[in-house]
Amino acid sequence: MNSSRCAACKHLRRRCPSDCIFAPYFPSNNPRRFAYVHKIFGASNVGKILQDLPVSYRREAANTLCYEAYCRIKDPVYGCAGIVDQLNEQLKVAEYQLATIRAAITTTLQPSYLLDQSLPM
Amino acid sequence: MGGASPCASCKLLRRRCAKDCVFAPYFPSDDPHKFAIVHKVFGASNISKMLQELPVHQRGDAVSSLVYEANARARDPVYGCVGAISYLQSQVSQLQMQLAVAQAEIVCIQMQQDHDQQQHNINQLMLAADEHEKSYFLHNNFLNFSSATANVANVNYDSFKKEPRYGHDMVS
Repeated sequence: MNSSRCAACKHLRRRCPSDCIFAPYFPSNNPRRFAYVHKIFGASNVGKILQDLPVSYRREAANTLCYEAYCRIKDPVYGCAGIVDQLNEQLKVAEYQLATIRAAITTTLQPSYLLDQSLPM
Repeated sequence: MGGASPCASCKLLRRRCAKDCVFAPYFPSDDPHKFAIVHKVFGASNISKMLQELPVHQRGDAVSSLVYEANARARDPVYGCVGAISYLQSQVSQLQMQLAVAQAEIVCIQMQQDHDQQQHNINQLMLAADEHEKSYFLHNNFLNFSSATANVANVNYDSFKKEPRYGHDMVS
C-alpha cells in the first residue's frame, strides 16, 4: 500500500495508485477538502468529471468543485445559487444608482438649470 | 402505489416509487431531464440525503438551486456556476467604481456651482454698495451746494456800496 495516500484514498480507505485521479488535487495534508466534495458530489462523480477533462483543466475544476461543495455545506438550501442571486441583486442596485447619478449630472449641467439657480437681478 | 405513475427519479433509477418517495414532489414524471441532470452531477443518493436533512418547506428551493448548479456544471464542467459568480463579482466591482467616479463628479460640480454662486452674490453686493455710495455722495454734495447757495443769497450787498476802497475815490 502506498504509504503516502492522497486525502481521497485515505477517506475512501483504499490503495492510492500512482495514477490516482484525485492525488494531484486532494493532498493528504487537507482532508477536509475532499470530505466536502465527497459529501456533496460523491467521489465517483468527481472522478468522472476530472477524467473527462484535459489534464490542464483539472486543477481549476477541482478547485471550483471544492468551492461549490463548501457553499452547499454552508447553505444547504441555496448553495452557490444563493450567491449568484445576491450578486444579481447587487448589480441591479448599482446599475440603478449609477443611472440616477448620471441623470442628476446631466440635469445639473443643463444651461436652463444654471439660469434657474442664479439670483434675481 | 395505487396505480400512480412513478416519479422521474424512480423511473430513471428503475425502482418502485413509494408513497413517501422523497423525490416525487420535486421531480414529476413529465420532466425527466430535471432529475437526470442532478443525478449526473450530484448522484441520487446525495440528493436524497440533502433533501432528508432539510425541513419539508425548504426542499423545493433546495431542488431548484441544485438543478441550477447541475445545469451550470453540465454546461461548463471546469467552472460550473462558480464561473457566473466570478463574472458577476467583476461586473459589480466595475459598476461600483463607476459609481464612485460619478459621485465624485457630482460633488465637484456642486462645489463649483456653489463657488460661482457665492462669487455672483459678492459681485451683486459690491455693485449695490457702489450705487449706494454714489447716491450718498451725490445727495450729500447736493445738500452742501444747496446750503452754500442759500448762504450766498443772504449776503448784504449794501455793505459793498458804503465802502468803496479803490477806484472811484482815487480818481477824484
